[in-house]
Amino acid sequence: MPATLTPAEVEVEAPRGAEEREVDRPWIVVVWNDPINLMSYVTLVLQKLFGYDKAKATRLMLQVHHEGKAAVSSGTREKAEYDVARLHAHGLWATMRQD
Amino acid sequence: MPGRRRFERAGRGEVRLRLPRTERAVLRSLPAELRSLLADEPEDPTLERLFPPAYEDAEDESEYRKLMHDELLDGRRRALAVVEETVEHDRLSAEQAQAWLTALNDLRLVLGTRLGVTEEMFLEAVDPRDPRAPEMALYVYLSWLQEQLVEALEPGP
Repeated sequence: MPATLTPAEVEVEAPRGAEEREVDRPWIVVVWNDPINLMSYVTLVLQKLFGYDKAKATRLMLQVHHEGKAAVSSGTREKAEYDVARLHAHGLWATMRQD
Repeated sequence: MPGRRRFERAGRGEVRLRLPRTERAVLRSLPAELRSLLADEPEDPTLERLFPPAYEDAEDESEYRKLMHDELLDGRRRALAVVEETVEHDRLSAEQAQAWLTALNDLRLVLGTRLGVTEEMFLEAVDPRDPRAPEMALYVYLSWLQEQLVEALEPGP
C-alpha cells in the first residue's frame, strides 16, 4: 500500500462489498407473546405507536398470540432501536434483529 | 357500585375516573411499592419484564442498556407519580390517562412475573386457600381495571 495514502482515503476507495450490504439489510422489530399483557392493550399500543388501523393492529396482535411472535416494524438500525425502546416503554416484550 | 365502569370516555382522550374510595386507597399505595422496588432492588428478577433485552448480541445489548435504561426507568417513575397525584381526581387528561395505562401495565407486569402467571391461570376462580390468593386477586383486579381503561382510550371505529 502506498505510504502517501491516509486511512480515510483507503476507506473511501475500498470496493463495495459484503460489508456494505450488511449495513443495508433492514432491521426487523419483533414482538413476542407473553401471558401478562392484555390482548386489547397490545392492539392499542400498536395503533398508537405505529399508526396502524385497528384491523392491522389486531391482526398483528393475534399473530403474536397464536404464533408466539410477529414482526411489527422494520427499517434502519436507528429506527428499529427507537421502535423497540418505545415498545419497551409500553411494557411489550420486543427485540430486534437484522433481516 | 361493584359492576360500574371505573373509567369512562370523556372526549378528546380524557377519561372520567369513577373509583370507589377503597379502590382509590389501594391504587394510592401501589405506586410507592413499585418505586421502592425499582430504587432499592433494581436487580430483582420480578423487574425483568420492565426492561427486556433488545438485542441477542451481548455487546449490542449492553450499548442499548447504557443508552435507554435510565430513560425507560424515568418514564416508569413519572407514570407512577401521575397515578399518585391524580388518584383522588374525577377526571384525567389524555396525558394523565396514558400514564395510568402505563402504570397499571407495569404493576401487572411485576405482579404477574412474581406470581408466575400463565395464560391458562385465571380461567377458573382463585382458590382462597392458595397462599398467593391475595396477590392473585389484586392481579385480577388490576387486569379488569386496565381492560376498562384500554376501552376508554381506544380510538373511534
